Amino acid sequence: MRSSHRTESPPERTNEGFVRLSHLPRGVLRDIALVWLADAVVGVSFGAIAVAGGLPVWVPVLMSLLVYAGSAQFSAVGILAAGGGPVAAAATGLLLNSRTAAFSLAVADSLGRSRAARFLGAHLITDETAAFVLAQPDQKRRKAAFWISGLGLFAVWNVSVLGGALAGSVIGDTARFGLDAAFPAVLLALVLPALRADSMTRRAAAAGAVIAVAAAPVLPAGVPVLLALLGLLAARRGPGPRSRSGPRSESGSGSRSGRAVGRRGPSRTAAPGSDS
Amino acid sequence: MNAYLACVLVLAAGTYAFRLAGPLLHGRVELPARLQELLTVGATVLLVALLATGALTEGHGFAGWARTIGVLAGGVLAWRKAPFAVVVVGAAAATALLRLAGVA
Repeated sequence: MRSSHRTESPPERTNEGFVRLSHLPRGVLRDIALVWLADAVVGVSFGAIAVAGGLPVWVPVLMSLLVYAGSAQFSAVGILAAGGGPVAAAATGLLLNSRTAAFSLAVADSLGRSRAARFLGAHLITDETAAFVLAQPDQKRRKAAFWISGLGLFAVWNVSVLGGALAGSVIGDTARFGLDAAFPAVLLALVLPALRADSMTRRAAAAGAVIAVAAAPVLPAGVPVLLALLGLLAARRGPGPRSRSGPRSESGSGSRSGRAVGRRGPSRTAAPGSDS
Repeated sequence: MNAYLACVLVLAAGTYAFRLAGPLLHGRVELPARLQELLTVGATVLLVALLATGALTEGHGFAGWARTIGVLAGGVLAWRKAPFAVVVVGAAAATALLRLAGVA
């Protein structure tokens, strides 16, 4: 709101400066653009699905601006549209977004030092930006990757959600276009790398999915998904959970605290080939 | 009236708090590795449960074959490392085609 006061502590701005496109190699910029494109498709379907599910246009639009987290938005809207209630919707979304805390710890020093950079930048932390940041070798490129991918993604996401919501309200029946299959497919593409990488995660996820699907016919929307967390217990008691403690950061680039991201983060971005 | 608004605001505030954790705590607190791992695995478990219920159920019933098969098609594409956009469009297109062919 108040942009009047300037940075009071210029000494902190050492080694800072504006981010430029030229700070990143062409290949990285191309990957970032591909992710923007992919997320635009997802954003359009999010907007359209939300409206098709009976929500007013402003719900997906406001949610995209303020929450700005794809999977949590999808789940919250899905639960709201299914009549699961705002409490279950918010709770599920928050649980899903709790992982963002881990990401934000991992990318914290790539935002820049100023107060504004930290507080604005925090809102741009997503799976995608974390993945791009952690794939960069040095501080300058990390910062550039964060702000370029983050600001672009924020713009693309919100514009495409708005477009999808408006289109959805015109089109009406989005089921005809199979958009209801898009969201589960998005999640599948997101989690596949994590599932591939780790058998403990696979066990926990399989147990959780069985629990959730079995509970879906009898429990209110949103609750079955939360119950799936019981899958964590099942996996822990499974054979050989101790082996989990072994080193698992197979990605060479994740030299920092990027362990969590190393497995999850690249999931979305891996598709367009961020490993270049 | 505005259960929706309340939901959006609570979710937004909570999410922003999670995102501030890094910039605010950085250098002061390190999450225990076990907790970090648990958060990561927990997030995956949630996502898989969401996609499973999303692919198979609608309300309290079965979602129908068109959606289930469409998601499966997307899964195959993802498994074969197709680009993200192809996975999404492929799943939607498969479901749309099945519906066009009269499959519910």
